[in-house]
Amino acid sequence: MKKSNASSGKKLLSFLGANSVTIMFVIIVAICIPLSGFSPVFLINEIITRMGRNIFLILSLLIPIMAGMGLNFGMTLGAMAGEIALILVSDWQIWGIPGVVLACILSIPISALMGLMCGKILNASKGREMITSYIISFFTNGLYQLVVLYMMGPIIPIIHNSIKLPRGYGIRQTVGLLTMRQSLDNALALRVGGVKIPILTFIIIALMCFAIVWFRRTKLGQDMRAVGQDMDVARDAGINVERTRILSIIISTVLAGFGMIIYLQNMGDMATYSAHSQIGMFCIAALLVGGASVDKASIGNVFLGVVLFHLMFILAPKAGGVITGDEMIGEYFRVFVSYGVITVALVMYETKKRRAKASMGEQLEAEQREEDAR
Amino acid sequence: MSNQAPLLELKNIKKDFYGNQVLTDINLTVREGEVVGLVGENGAGKSTLMKILFGMTEIRETGGYGGDVLIDGQKVSFNSPFDALAAGIGMVHQEFSLIPGFTVTENILLNREPQKKSVVSEVFGERLNTLDRKAMKQKSEAAIEKMGVHIDENMVISEMPVGHKQFTEIARELSKDQLKLLILDEPTAVLTEQEAQALLKSIHTMSENGIAVIFITHRLQEILNVCDTVVVMRDGVLVQNVPAKETNVMEITRWMVGRSVAEGAISRREPPETRTIMSIRKLWVDMPGETVRNVNLDVREGEILGIGGLAGQGKLGIPNGIMGLYQAGGTVTFDGQDIPLNQPRRCLDSQLAFVSEDRRGVGLLLDESLEWNIAFPAMQIHDKFLKPLLGGLIKWRDEKAINAVTREYIDDLKIKCTSSKQKAKQLSGGNQQKVCLAKAFALEPRFLFVSEPTRGIDVGAKALVLEALKKFNRENGITIVMISSELEELRQVCDRIAIVSGGRIAGILPASQPSEEFGALMVSSVI
Repeated sequence: MKKSNASSGKKLLSFLGANSVTIMFVIIVAICIPLSGFSPVFLINEIITRMGRNIFLILSLLIPIMAGMGLNFGMTLGAMAGEIALILVSDWQIWGIPGVVLACILSIPISALMGLMCGKILNASKGREMITSYIISFFTNGLYQLVVLYMMGPIIPIIHNSIKLPRGYGIRQTVGLLTMRQSLDNALALRVGGVKIPILTFIIIALMCFAIVWFRRTKLGQDMRAVGQDMDVARDAGINVERTRILSIIISTVLAGFGMIIYLQNMGDMATYSAHSQIGMFCIAALLVGGASVDKASIGNVFLGVVLFHLMFILAPKAGGVITGDEMIGEYFRVFVSYGVITVALVMYETKKRRAKASMGEQLEAEQREEDAR
Repeated sequence: MSNQAPLLELKNIKKDFYGNQVLTDINLTVREGEVVGLVGENGAGKSTLMKILFGMTEIRETGGYGGDVLIDGQKVSFNSPFDALAAGIGMVHQEFSLIPGFTVTENILLNREPQKKSVVSEVFGERLNTLDRKAMKQKSEAAIEKMGVHIDENMVISEMPVGHKQFTEIARELSKDQLKLLILDEPTAVLTEQEAQALLKSIHTMSENGIAVIFITHRLQEILNVCDTVVVMRDGVLVQNVPAKETNVMEITRWMVGRSVAEGAISRREPPETRTIMSIRKLWVDMPGETVRNVNLDVREGEILGIGGLAGQGKLGIPNGIMGLYQAGGTVTFDGQDIPLNQPRRCLDSQLAFVSEDRRGVGLLLDESLEWNIAFPAMQIHDKFLKPLLGGLIKWRDEKAINAVTREYIDDLKIKCTSSKQKAKQLSGGNQQKVCLAKAFALEPRFLFVSEPTRGIDVGAKALVLEALKKFNRENGITIVMISSELEELRQVCDRIAIVSGGRIAGILPASQPSEEFGALMVSSVI
């Protein structure tokens, strides 16, 4: 009886340890809600808007994690592709839902090409996918600037002066997307007691979740899981490891392109040169807050993560203002916490591996003691 | 039946690695449903032979092989293991090749899953077919059935006992319809007694179904129980091929180790009856592939103690554990003082030294000069070759002393190099080994562990290294513990030899005992 108590205690401890980031966020949010003084209707409204905005983007992270490529910043490339598509579509003045759909279609070839490039580079740096993809995202940001700042105008025709820089070429700091602002969210929107529910966006997200569940059951999904767990074994079984990994990155960048378009149509305008710069980091942080780890993430993690992470952002400025008298503290918190969460997740992943190694020794020692007792 | 071509025929198989002959004229015939037991010491050429048979790329990359492989009377030449699989050869390797997070079924049918087409896969290609879980279950159940041992097909591999992992591997091979010949490389090494019995029974079942089995193991009794023929290899030559009924364990052991060594070469020095300088109690070491369990061992002052045994039995784990390179537990007392484990620095401070079997990884600073390699540990540990400046506030490297000591060792050990400034990675294996020894000697230790000092080096360098060790022991009275897979080498150098089997000390004998006695100890409790 005592023994079972001890083991259940141990289980509880290991559960707490594994989910410490999530639990910490739940506690922070629970303390901040009464401090901030926001009404429940306001909070629910905000959260639902932000779920519709952000979830699709984070879903794009799941497939590389499944293929063993870790928390992958390759999605940033997809985000840039989505932005390029949006600039073109808004210049062509195609409005509303048709504009969003056309932008999605336009983004596919760009995302796929960048995904292919990223996948090839990541195949050359196996085991260090996270840092390599992070640096690739900086490098690609340079390419993006070259295209948007210099090539748009002289090479890629841009008709309307409203989005061009005054000098005649290059795109302005911000591109207004008023014509498609929340066009997805407002179609089929439902109001329940003062809360707006963007039904169409949620239908798209639900379809995406089903697609991911279905994908896991396909041959390609199974191959990705195999490659993610042990590349050598997968290769010995005849799976084309390199190709499978590239495919997982391409799928991720294409989905991230769609995700970014959904994200920006909700925001209603686009910061041309900075919208993508921290999006990867915030998405990864949100996923980790939802309880994911470097090698394991589920759809549930995405939803929980988005709710907790954004709740903190809504609450932190107000709560920070109440405590310190300065609302800027909330903005500071946002960046600080994101980096912190990612660091903690990486450290925990390594500790877990080391602990698993140490437990082998403990087992040997225990066996020996048992033998002596006999 | 008899006029039918045999399932597998090997004719005059030869193989050398860069001029080093490892297989010489191997002839072997395996018939349908026959169970062949293949035995031999480490380095006898068993694995190389199996690699040739299985079409491993390693063989092609090192210049291919000589002789012919015939299957059903047809000459074949495999370019990859996939060709071998297609021809009906399956192999279960010593290391598991399983996906840890997959179930037994998923592993058995890895990359051969039955699939269902869908609209999406018609458009985007076959890889988007969904898996047919029902058919997968049926297929894996059938394979497990064929094996005759029950395992739960829904269990996840990482939660399984090792024995079941082994059975999963075998079931995977059996699930391939074309399978005619199954190679099992030490399959019982990780099994408990009961599981091993079950495996032997399933080998019988396979053989009755017409599948031939080549069974490699160190457990000789198993061979006698299950095999039709016993094939013994030694030094790349097939020395015996006899029906299992006509032989016994003692005879096989003699064939395995019975090497003709000049009797005079064997060390005849009486083991010194001195005090115990190191005593090891209840040592366990978690070194992957070389696990040590509950070892008790006393080393006498001034002797050369050999530690021998088959690969994977734990002989390498003993020095690596004591010197703190792998996690270890138990007590080690040296000259009356406890040596704390898992702290390499403390061992070195107590004037213990270790020449690792991993020359390039642990032993050398490959990109540094010989001088640095030889002097570095002594500088680091004992403040040798350092000049105190400003009353000891700053320590300056004494380049002159370093150069002098390096030259001395280059002459002593006949290290072939262009100068004492040459980089360690530019030397040949044998000379690198000598540098490792010089490095340990420069520490002026009181006690020296030497692990596999002659592995992968040529005959001339071998003799020199062994002679240097002997001289170091005789002239300076340093206690040496030498670990080697080559029994005859141990018998030439050591006073006493401890044989490790199954992670434990199976026995300690004077070097002058006949090699059969050692052979029997080696296989006594093999895991």
